Amino acid sequence: MSSSSDWEVVIGLEVHVQLHTRAKVFASSSWGFGQEPNEQVDPVVLGLPGTLPVVNREAVEKSILFGLVVGAEIPAHCSWDRKNYFYPDNPKNYQLTQKDFPVVIGGSVEIELPGPSRNVMGEHKHVRIHHAHLEEDVGKLSHAGSGSLVDYNRAGVPLLEIVTEPDLRSSAEAEAFLRSLVAMLTQAGVADCDMEKGQLRCDCNVSIRHPGAPLGTRTETKNLNSISSVRDTVIFETARQVRELEAGRTITQETRGWNADLGRGYVLRDKEDAHDYRYFPDPDIPTLELSRATVERLAKQVPENLYDRQRRYMDTLGLPFTAASVLVANRELAEWFELSVAAHPANPQGIANLVANDLLRDLSAAVGSTTGFDEAAPAPVSLSSCPIKPAQLAGLVKLTDEGVISKQQAKEVFAEMFKSGQDAAAIVDAKGLRQNSDTGELEKIVQEVIADPAVAKSIAEYRAGNEKAINALKGPIMKRTQGKANPGLIDQLLRKALG
Amino acid sequence: MAETLHTLSAAELGRRLTAGALTSRALCEALIARYDVLNEKVGAFTHLDRANVLAQADASDARRQAGQGRGPLEGIPVAIKDNIAVKGQPLTCSSKMLASLVSPYDSHVAERLRAAGAILYGRLNMDEFAMGSSTENSAVRKTFNPWDLTRIPGGSSGGSAAALAAGLVPLSLGSDTGGSIRQPASHCGVVGLKPTYGLVSRFGLVAFASSLDQIGPMARSVEDCELLLAALASADARDMTCFSSDERALTAAGEAKKLRIGIPKGFLGKGVAPEVAAAVNAAIEFYRAQGCAVSEVELPSADLAVPTYYVVATAEASSNLGRYDGVRYGHRSAQASTPVEMMTNSRSEGFGAEVKRRILLGTFVLSAGYADAYYNRALRARAKIRAEYLAALSQVDVLLTPTVPTPAFKVGEKAADPLQLYLEDIFTIPANLAGLPALSVPCGQSGHLPVGFHLVGAPLSEAKLLAAGRLFEAAHGFAHQQAAL
Repeated sequence: MSSSSDWEVVIGLEVHVQLHTRAKVFASSSWGFGQEPNEQVDPVVLGLPGTLPVVNREAVEKSILFGLVVGAEIPAHCSWDRKNYFYPDNPKNYQLTQKDFPVVIGGSVEIELPGPSRNVMGEHKHVRIHHAHLEEDVGKLSHAGSGSLVDYNRAGVPLLEIVTEPDLRSSAEAEAFLRSLVAMLTQAGVADCDMEKGQLRCDCNVSIRHPGAPLGTRTETKNLNSISSVRDTVIFETARQVRELEAGRTITQETRGWNADLGRGYVLRDKEDAHDYRYFPDPDIPTLELSRATVERLAKQVPENLYDRQRRYMDTLGLPFTAASVLVANRELAEWFELSVAAHPANPQGIANLVANDLLRDLSAAVGSTTGFDEAAPAPVSLSSCPIKPAQLAGLVKLTDEGVISKQQAKEVFAEMFKSGQDAAAIVDAKGLRQNSDTGELEKIVQEVIADPAVAKSIAEYRAGNEKAINALKGPIMKRTQGKANPGLIDQLLRKALG
Repeated sequence: MAETLHTLSAAELGRRLTAGALTSRALCEALIARYDVLNEKVGAFTHLDRANVLAQADASDARRQAGQGRGPLEGIPVAIKDNIAVKGQPLTCSSKMLASLVSPYDSHVAERLRAAGAILYGRLNMDEFAMGSSTENSAVRKTFNPWDLTRIPGGSSGGSAAALAAGLVPLSLGSDTGGSIRQPASHCGVVGLKPTYGLVSRFGLVAFASSLDQIGPMARSVEDCELLLAALASADARDMTCFSSDERALTAAGEAKKLRIGIPKGFLGKGVAPEVAAAVNAAIEFYRAQGCAVSEVELPSADLAVPTYYVVATAEASSNLGRYDGVRYGHRSAQASTPVEMMTNSRSEGFGAEVKRRILLGTFVLSAGYADAYYNRALRARAKIRAEYLAALSQVDVLLTPTVPTPAFKVGEKAADPLQLYLEDIFTIPANLAGLPALSVPCGQSGHLPVGFHLVGAPLSEAKLLAAGRLFEAAHGFAHQQAAL
């Protein structure tokens, strides 16, 4: 078997994402998941004679917002073209798309590759976006017995097709790109990216070459509906192309499909069978001006970039990579965290630990598990029904920082807060958890304990230089104070008493 | 009196209805009676729902009685070309493909007519999908010219023109992609206006060539045409090519006797029948005598109009007609074992020869490797034609030509020669390519056949065209003319 180490894989992706809008892209009909077939249609969606498309401003604005998120150029104008082909799922037998004047030009998506271990940040890289264009989805054709059935609920749903430059060099980079893209789309409210609902689909262009050589002939694998199938396609297609070239054969430019069950790609059609779509400008939709006022208004809605936020958490707030990366993956969670830090700025790390571990764990348990386009990602949690408010969590961390309760007790108080939504202080008081930090009282207890012959051996060992021996004295003190003694203070008093 | 109602103008009928001298029911009953006698002969209508018409008439009379009349069209029947959607009525486009289709929605103009109190009166025959100049391409029936039943009425709005000339209805709607309102108006001796592209919403007009199509009013007088236009023209958010309310103000008519009239050089020469040239020259002399400044203008690219049109229009048509595949509505072939076969066979069976010819032509001119030589070149020619027309119309108010080079020909005479038939629209096509308003007004006869002249103006100059038309019609006997049947 030959090594593929001297081959470089070159990958470009075309990501089709359904935009989060109320109405369809050229009709007033609403859309959503789980409706009965052909319920979300109207004369325009069905292409009845005499109906005309009207551009949905919300879909255009979501597209512009995406462009602003990736730092793209928003051109002064965009326009639509007709892509003509016959298929029963296509109500007009042409699809409205943007061939020459798309709504988004250029831009780039920052990606993060896996680090050497879970708690070490990996390499970052920018993947250029060629353009993104706004088009309409088609219906769904299914075969039943001797006939075929067609459902037009999906027809006319706004689809943003995001086309990358061939900047990706491995399946891991392709995965990282899609994760980053999904995070940016969802965090900006552009799309929900729910794979189970088919809201994100991907075409994957793969070619191989020797590093530095011109680009090789590429193949396009269509309609991949999960990150793992993109990864598997890249791996499969790279291996196949290496095998072909090393056997002295050539790569045919072709369109391929992917069978996820078999883990294999297959040929759909080669270049000779390529459609002639007879594109021409749609005469029903005049060139649309993308006003600078609209672009400026939308620019204010662009959230902080995922990785800018991550760098800020690590550099300014001093968070470890693990906590920072967990927080920034969910915009709502990150913003919740920041509100909490604002209420208690002294200990961002303490707050981050509780948010990224305890809070996220309990919220996830409440959501249950779902599968997104990224199967590896945790189920998305919502903070809207979180029983704890950011300032309340800050209050809990503050009590711990001030030594009112121990870190161990803080976990117990957190659980109670998540259950009841009460303030930390109220729970601490109600449970009588407040630590005893009364020096005079504790000094007296310390004297009583060290006077007990049962601990004489430990005292001797401590005095002999065994630091750990002092811990044996702390248990009896805690016992006498029903665990309320401030552990730091006890340590201090013990050392003083033992000289 | 009932036997003369069909000779009256919409304006006069409106006055009688307002005065209480006439009811909409009486008017509609008289017209239905005339329809029952004449439609078989003329073939203007493809459908008339008598009960529905009378119900609308009764509702109109009740509104008027209650003092809730909706304006000058209240109670007046308007017949509608069968490519304009009216809820609950057939929308066949005179095609086998849509023979069974009943529209589930109203076009914008149908809504406007209802809001104006008009009676939506019957469906008018046309060339299949508005493709043709003789109404011979209808899959439903032939329509004959009321002035000579051996001749064609023009097309594609042949039913709309013939219904007026035969006194079957006082007002009608047509659609015009390359002359489909004005050419039959000329052949049938009636008035037809193609509005500025964007003045009337296309929502509910079955598309032939979207960038050229406009719905327009047809009547037996300029005054009636104007009355109907006022009802049709309004902003509509459902058609993105329709002017918004702040874009649609018409240029003031000014004084008709002071209009500057341009005569395009060469338009009255080769190919124009002598009687047509004589009638149009007489109209020019009339305007000159009224005080209008008449001058010759150059339109050097005018020769490109017909070939440009047949590339642009067929390209758009090949795509617009893609939706007729038998999947959702319309003719579905019984001979198919797969969905794609069903679509193919449905189209082969459902479309007539001229429609197929244009779909093939349009598919060809958009094909990879040919689009630059045909479609993209035609777009450049179109821009040039538009620029020349706009330049000419910055020097003069209107351009005056014949509407059609020759009078109505015999049924079947040009059926075997589509190219000859395409030249029927040589004077009317440029207005569509340039998006300009254009009016055909009757101005004489060639033997027993009507002849019209054609006025083209700058965008939104409808009021000027209509004022010029009224000046002519007031001094001549062609208004309200009807064929003797």
